[in-house]
Order: sequence, then C-alpha cells, then structure tokens
Amino acid sequence: MRELGPNEIFFIIFSVRWTFLLAAIALVGSAIGGMLIALALTSGKRALELPAIAIVRVFQGTPLLMQLFLAFFVPSLFGFNIDALTAAAIGLSLNGSAFLGDIWRGCIQTVPRGQSEAATALGLSYVPRTFEIVLPQATRIAIPPTIGYLVQLIKGTSLAAIIGFVEVTRAGQIINNMTFTPFAIFGIVGAVYFCICWPLSLYSSYMERKLLLNR
Amino acid sequence: MTYKFNFGPIFEAWPLLLNGALQTIWFSAAAMVLGLLIAVIGALGKTSAPKWVRFIISAYIEIIRNTPFPVQLFIIFFGLPSIGIRMSPNVTAVLALTLNFAAYGIEIVRAGIESIPKGQLEAGRALGLQPLQVFRYVVLKPAIQAIYPALTSQFILTMLYSSVCSTIAATELTGAANDITSRTFRSFEGYFTVTVIYFLLSCLFWMLFRLIDRRFLASPQGR
Repeated sequence: MRELGPNEIFFIIFSVRWTFLLAAIALVGSAIGGMLIALALTSGKRALELPAIAIVRVFQGTPLLMQLFLAFFVPSLFGFNIDALTAAAIGLSLNGSAFLGDIWRGCIQTVPRGQSEAATALGLSYVPRTFEIVLPQATRIAIPPTIGYLVQLIKGTSLAAIIGFVEVTRAGQIINNMTFTPFAIFGIVGAVYFCICWPLSLYSSYMERKLLLNR
Repeated sequence: MTYKFNFGPIFEAWPLLLNGALQTIWFSAAAMVLGLLIAVIGALGKTSAPKWVRFIISAYIEIIRNTPFPVQLFIIFFGLPSIGIRMSPNVTAVLALTLNFAAYGIEIVRAGIESIPKGQLEAGRALGLQPLQVFRYVVLKPAIQAIYPALTSQFILTMLYSSVCSTIAATELTGAANDITSRTFRSFEGYFTVTVIYFLLSCLFWMLFRLIDRRFLASPQGR
C-alpha cells in the first residue's frame, strides 16, 4: 500500500498528455469523416444520403463504449492486433464523424438555398460552389456547436480507460488501486477534465450568444 | 480472413441478454423520472430562488456537464463507501445516471419555462380561459412541446451512457455481455450482439417518442 503523495498526483496530472493526444487524433479523424458525412447528407443525391443517414443513426444509436470495444476486436478478426490507443482513436473518430457530420449538416442547411442556386446560375461547378460559397458561410455558425462537440469528445476519451489505454482516468484507477483514496483521486481526475472542458464550454456559449446578437 | 464466427454460445445465453436489456431500460427510465424531478425543482430554483441557491445550481450543472460520466460514477461508487455510505452497483448506477440526467434536464426544463412569453398568459386570460385552462393549454402544453425533443434525446443518451455502469459490475446489458464473453471467449460475437440490441432499443425509443409526439403533442394545425 502506497501513500497518495506528490509523485502519484503528478502521475495523474501528467497523464493528461495522453488524453490530449487521443483527443487530437480523434478530432482530426472526426473532422475529416464529419466533413464527408455532412457533404453526403446535403448532396441531394439519395445514393449518398441514405448510407450517410444510416452511419449517423448507427453511431448515435449505440453506446460509445461498445464502439470502442468493437474497434478493438474487429481488426483482430482480420489478423491485425492493434493497441488500445489505436482502437480508441479509431472508435472515437468514427463516433465523432457521425456526430460532427450531423452537426455540420445542420450548419450547411442554414445557408440560404439561394446562395448555392445563384452560384450554380453563375456557372460554378460543385467544388467551388461548395468550398467557396456555402462552406465559408456555414463555418461561422458551425464554431459554437463544434467546440461543444469537442467537450463531448474530450469527455469521451475517458472511456478509453476501460479498454486499457492509460490516460487521466486510467491513471487515476491505477493510483487508486495502490493507495485506496478514491475521493481525492477521482476528485483530481474530475478537476483535470473540468479545467479543460469548462473554458471550452464557456467559449462555445459566448460565441453562440455573439452569433445570435449579430444576426 | 480465417476467423470462424460462432454466435451459438451468445444466443444460448439469451436469458442473460434479455435480463440485461430490461435492466438497461429500467436504469434509464428510473434515471429519467428521478432526474426530471430534480430538473423541475432545479429549473424553478434557477429562475426564482435567491442568488446563492442559483449559484449552487449553476455550479452543479457546470461540474456535471464538464466532467466525464465514468469519473462521476467512480467518485460515487468508490468514494462514498470511504465516508461510510455503501450502495450496491445497481443503485450506484441509477444514482449516477440520475445526477447526470438532472444536470442536463435543468437547462432543458428552464428553456421550456422561458420559452413561454408573458404576453401569452395574458392573451389566454383575455380570451376568457379559466386559470386551470390557461395553465393546461397556454403553459403546460407548449412548454412540454418545447422541451420534448431535447428531453427524449437526452433519455436515449442516458440509456447509451448506462453501458459504462458495467465497469462497476452493474448487471445491465454490457455487464451481461462481459459475463457471457468471459465464459465463452467469444468477445467479438458477444459485444457485436449487444451493440445490435442497443441499436434496436434506440430505434424502439425513437419510434415510441415520435408516436407519442404525433399522438399527443402535435398541434392540430401542425408545427
């Protein structure tokens, strides 16, 4: 049995770098996947919309924990044994793609139809119409909910602890198994997440209010 | 791909899966009912209580919403016994889900209360409605209509979160899957089956909530 000393506390707090690493990888993955899904959902083509709707439904209708478990076990069916970080990154990216895709679909749909129709009338093809006319206008609206989703994503990384990736929550569990001081340890773990997520939440709602005022 | 799928042992354990699914529904329903109760009180407090009460409610909301659910669960499950409060995993799970639901619920209910303009009450009275009629048709129904979508999606989120409660050995659906896979060594099949069951539950509630919305909440002239 060990005492809960500064070394143990530093171990927990510095494990936040793995939380950040996982969140950063998952954010990049989610942004790429989310963009593809949002574009598919707003494409107006049934063949693209239906699979995108199915993906969003499946990922929003099943627990993130199960998605992480399956991200861990499915590659091993094909003979690839992946580590917990890779599995968590894949699971969180797929989950984030579905959620961000749905959020961004809403943002793209707030851009008036006339904008894209006018661009078509001016002879712009799909790529410049989307990337130079529609998306820049949607981005402004997309910032607050995207940051809001980032908070969900950072909180979601704590589930990687359950498949054995050592980030802040898992570090807390490891230290708790040695010191048996759960209140202090999970209090510290909670405080670490709070210090990351609260400013983001405040910023998100500040931006949202600013957008509402400017409308 | 050389892996041979074998779902047999998983399907043989169907009573465990059924029991787990019922527990999952029970956990989330209990959390929603209790959480909603706290949410209504909290929302009233947040709109009309003294400043220090409002501060405590806001702090509660911010703390719950900005920390991960597993950490909340661990504080309650491992932390409370150290100050002498002992609860079974299932009770802990319902308590944690309730406290989590309540934090989101307070903001949802408050938005519902604030969505009713004062002029609407006055208009109701001016049209000659009795006070009870004003409450029922002018306050309650529009408020429920306003919070219904957010509340029902929060219920589904809570149901999906509840899978985390398997980590403290609560006996819900994921717990049943852990149990089955540890005996059969069929991890993929076990978790895949349970994921499908979760998805079916989500679909069931999506449809149920839409049915209730159409049947009881939609205004005659449509929305």
